[in-house]
Amino acid sequence: MTRKQIYFEDLEPGAEIAPLEKHPTTQQLVKYAGASGDFYQIHYDKDFALKNHLPGVILHGALKNAFLGQLMTDFAGDRGWLRKLSVQYRGMDQPGTPVVCKGRVVKKYVEQGHHLVDCEIWLENAKGEKTTPGSATVMLPSRGAAG
Amino acid sequence: MGELGSCENRAGRALKINRSPARPVRLAATTYAGYKNMANKYVTDEARKQIGKAGEPRTVEVERGAIRRFAEAIGDPNPIFNSDREARQGRFGGMIAPPTFCRSLAAAIPDVKLEMGESFRGLDGGSDWEYFEPIRAGDRITVQTKIADLRESAGKLGPMVFITTETSYTNQFGQVCAIQRATAIRY
Repeated sequence: MTRKQIYFEDLEPGAEIAPLEKHPTTQQLVKYAGASGDFYQIHYDKDFALKNHLPGVILHGALKNAFLGQLMTDFAGDRGWLRKLSVQYRGMDQPGTPVVCKGRVVKKYVEQGHHLVDCEIWLENAKGEKTTPGSATVMLPSRGAAG
Repeated sequence: MGELGSCENRAGRALKINRSPARPVRLAATTYAGYKNMANKYVTDEARKQIGKAGEPRTVEVERGAIRRFAEAIGDPNPIFNSDREARQGRFGGMIAPPTFCRSLAAAIPDVKLEMGESFRGLDGGSDWEYFEPIRAGDRITVQTKIADLRESAGKLGPMVFITTETSYTNQFGQVCAIQRATAIRY
């Protein structure tokens, strides 16, 4: 695997995480329902969703959680480790419109020998509204480690 | 190439993340504006006795195909979640599960009884995850969910109840791989 690895020393608070754009479709929601076992009909049955006063089928919050997980495992790289991931579902998102996962470094520190980086993360819709804010902590490799 | 430092992990080894005994695992608390510790309508002292109640544990074998299907469903092409051949070259010596794959391993959620009648609506408020060890294809993961907290706040539409569940994912060696705290909202 030859993907670029980021190191603890490469980052400072304020550094931006490479954004991850996603284009969820109704087909993806069906696939996610099958893969996760979440078969709540608001995610694939339009009539059911409308009857429940929704504008149409909506994304699983858990799928947005997964997108933000991908943002962070891509950021941490093959030699990093996603240590914590928190998401809060504040707004609905619908298939057919793109969403973008973004984030920035808030703090970096060494704790019990681990090189940790805290990040503020969020998923935003096409209007730039943060429908799913959250936070994450990654452990990164250090260039300066002894040995 | 620089040293791995504390992330050092040879293929197939455990991550060995230190969990200080002096400080118990404390997840970033999800806070809700407007929460006040006043007299509650539904989350009474009696109702709060349900905190700690645990559901039946369930043990699931993690199939390679299930990991791949989950990665495909979320649209994550990372080889570590998709290709055993490529993942064998990496630090874990094989495929591992994406962070939120744990959701597909759900166990019974203990029933929470509140005097809310049948007409309440529900929302998924969010999740806090902590990850300690990778979950690999072939692992046998024991999943157990317990009620971690019950709170109530005054919302625009009346009282809102926040039910926090804590789910642990433990592998066949007794290592806790992940802990998830999820908040369900009833109003």
